[in-house]
Amino acid sequence: MARTISYQQAIGEALDQEMARDETVVIMGEDVAGGAGSPGEDDAWGGVLGVTKGLYGKYGDRVMDTPITESAFIGAAVGAATAGLRPVAELMFIDFMGVCFDQIFNQAAKFRYMFGGKAETPVVIRTMYGAGFRAAAQHSQCLYPVFTHIPGLKVVTPATPYDAKGLLIQSIRDNDPVIFCEHKALYTIEGDVPEEAYAIPFGEANVTREGDDVSIVTLGRMVHVAEEAATALEKDGISCEIVDLRTTSPMDEDTIIETVENTGRLVVLDESNPRCSIATDVAALVSQEAFSALKAPIRMVTAPHVPVPFADNLEDLYIPDSGQVQQAVRTVMGKD
Amino acid sequence: MSESIRALCMPKWGLSMKEGTVAAWLMDEGDEVSPGDEVMDVETEKISSAVESPDGGVLRRRVAEEGETLPVGAILGVLADEDASDADIDAFVEEFQANYVPPADDEEDTGTATEVVEVSGRSIRYLKRGQDGVPVILVHGFGGDLNNWLFNHEALAAKRAVYALDLPGHGSSDKDVGEGSVAALAGVLAGFLDALGIDKAHFVGHSLGGAIVLKTAIDHPGKTASLTLIGSAGLGPDINDSYLSGFISAERRKDLKPHVEQLFSDPALVTRQLINDLLAFKRIDGVQAALETIKAAFAPDGCQALIMRDEIEKLDIPILVVWGSGDQIIPVSHSEGLPSSLRVEVMGGQGHMVQMEAASEINKLIDDLIG
Repeated sequence: MARTISYQQAIGEALDQEMARDETVVIMGEDVAGGAGSPGEDDAWGGVLGVTKGLYGKYGDRVMDTPITESAFIGAAVGAATAGLRPVAELMFIDFMGVCFDQIFNQAAKFRYMFGGKAETPVVIRTMYGAGFRAAAQHSQCLYPVFTHIPGLKVVTPATPYDAKGLLIQSIRDNDPVIFCEHKALYTIEGDVPEEAYAIPFGEANVTREGDDVSIVTLGRMVHVAEEAATALEKDGISCEIVDLRTTSPMDEDTIIETVENTGRLVVLDESNPRCSIATDVAALVSQEAFSALKAPIRMVTAPHVPVPFADNLEDLYIPDSGQVQQAVRTVMGKD
Repeated sequence: MSESIRALCMPKWGLSMKEGTVAAWLMDEGDEVSPGDEVMDVETEKISSAVESPDGGVLRRRVAEEGETLPVGAILGVLADEDASDADIDAFVEEFQANYVPPADDEEDTGTATEVVEVSGRSIRYLKRGQDGVPVILVHGFGGDLNNWLFNHEALAAKRAVYALDLPGHGSSDKDVGEGSVAALAGVLAGFLDALGIDKAHFVGHSLGGAIVLKTAIDHPGKTASLTLIGSAGLGPDINDSYLSGFISAERRKDLKPHVEQLFSDPALVTRQLINDLLAFKRIDGVQAALETIKAAFAPDGCQALIMRDEIEKLDIPILVVWGSGDQIIPVSHSEGLPSSLRVEVMGGQGHMVQMEAASEINKLIDDLIG
């Protein structure tokens, strides 16, 4: 039966249920148990945000604290996956992924292809992304477009507790490497989540609001910004349809084209920087496949092409907000 | 003020309904209304249906406007005798509005909370409405849950206790279906009655649920006061096998929708929310296996395994058989050639989910049958 829990609890519950179901599922990362040398299960920290709290006490050595060397433990996770385990590695901030690009891009993503389909790499890399925490340029980026670019990786960006649990379970059961991106600002949001385990298939976008005038295609935290904008626009008689992509690789192209054919207008809302982003990808797809359905040019609402600022007031300006979305919607409606 | 002035209010269909939008009035001010008459069409995020008047009288005032979205319990219109004055009606509406408190978002509505009971090691979820009398038990079909009765449950509960349950493998009940046969599920239903201390009940079953209540009546005649079989299994070999297989295998909205549309005479009733709810159910661990097990036992090789036409003749209880003439899942021909002691009603133009699409007629038929 469903009850209300947070995004953070939904992720912890998915890990717990999959570890109980399948003993090849292991967790590794910085502080995921509680820090080497701490007294143990009772005060184990469970990761920087406590997502894995309680799992060390339950599963012992299947929850492994690692040294602060992303290149080493991500490489170990990839290798363990090829050897039969299903590791879920927690790489604290997506910004740190750079030091292990070879392990991810050249190794994990390529094994299935280069070994003639005979190799499987069922590794999940969980990671935090996004701005809004006054954490400056090296801890605030939205780098999912970088991974979406690489064939052989699957990329997941859940927006709600329900999706976080179902998509993480699917990620763990999937036989390919998955980059599981958790927005920092979403950990405390709450929603209805079934107690039972369930898996949401990849490549199935979620239409979170039906409307007739404008489609807003978005993902992750921005789904909630889109909802806020759509609620405000409804009062002015503008009806928005919101598509939450849920996964950027694979991407549900059919639902994107379907919504644009329904409304004839598209705003793409993406927190990542604008060049070579999910926004440009969706805009290119629609230009190519649904151009004749468009009644107005596509508008992209994204962060600017600058690093995430540290100054509070500049960071607030950096993150796309409801006002910018409303403005873009009015523009495609010809009402600005 | 006249006692005869009564409010017609926004109904609550199902556990999650908070508000509804008035799609269209079906009656004009001054029209004579009988209990059960359809007065207006209301849309919710899950489903659209007609609002039936619980009372008779003259529709004196249309308070809600078409297109207006109102919370559950809000006043939609006013019924009264012809002799009530307009001033009385105005005063009534004013007083209602002054006292009306919309249900809070986070308020636990104890009147509509489901409960769970243990039946031979399985947890079974059910919803009880109404009190007293010989209770009615509502049993849904393959892939359904207790919400399939959202337009029937409340109406039937006006006169007696009415229970709707989630069968094993369905809704929020345990996903262990055992061997999954009609007989095994009938055993669970009998256990459900025992667990709740119900000696005797009026059974209403839809589709697979029809076969289950029929089998229960055959195995436990003493527990059965009457039977209502709606688009029921167990009365002939035919069943839409591609529906059953397609419903089980579909993992995505686009794959599931065409199958679910076959259930209704009006495919527009299959909203995005309805499909999302079904997908959320189907994704839960164990559901796929439960549905496959039930199908293998209930309809192996594309035909129903258990046909109870011979046994139905021997049952000495009131039996009502209802079918939609356009049922695409189990053919209406299964309603033909039944013993003349049974009441058989075929609803023209209706589909398999006739209890939802023609709820007021079916509620009346059931009320007539069980008195």
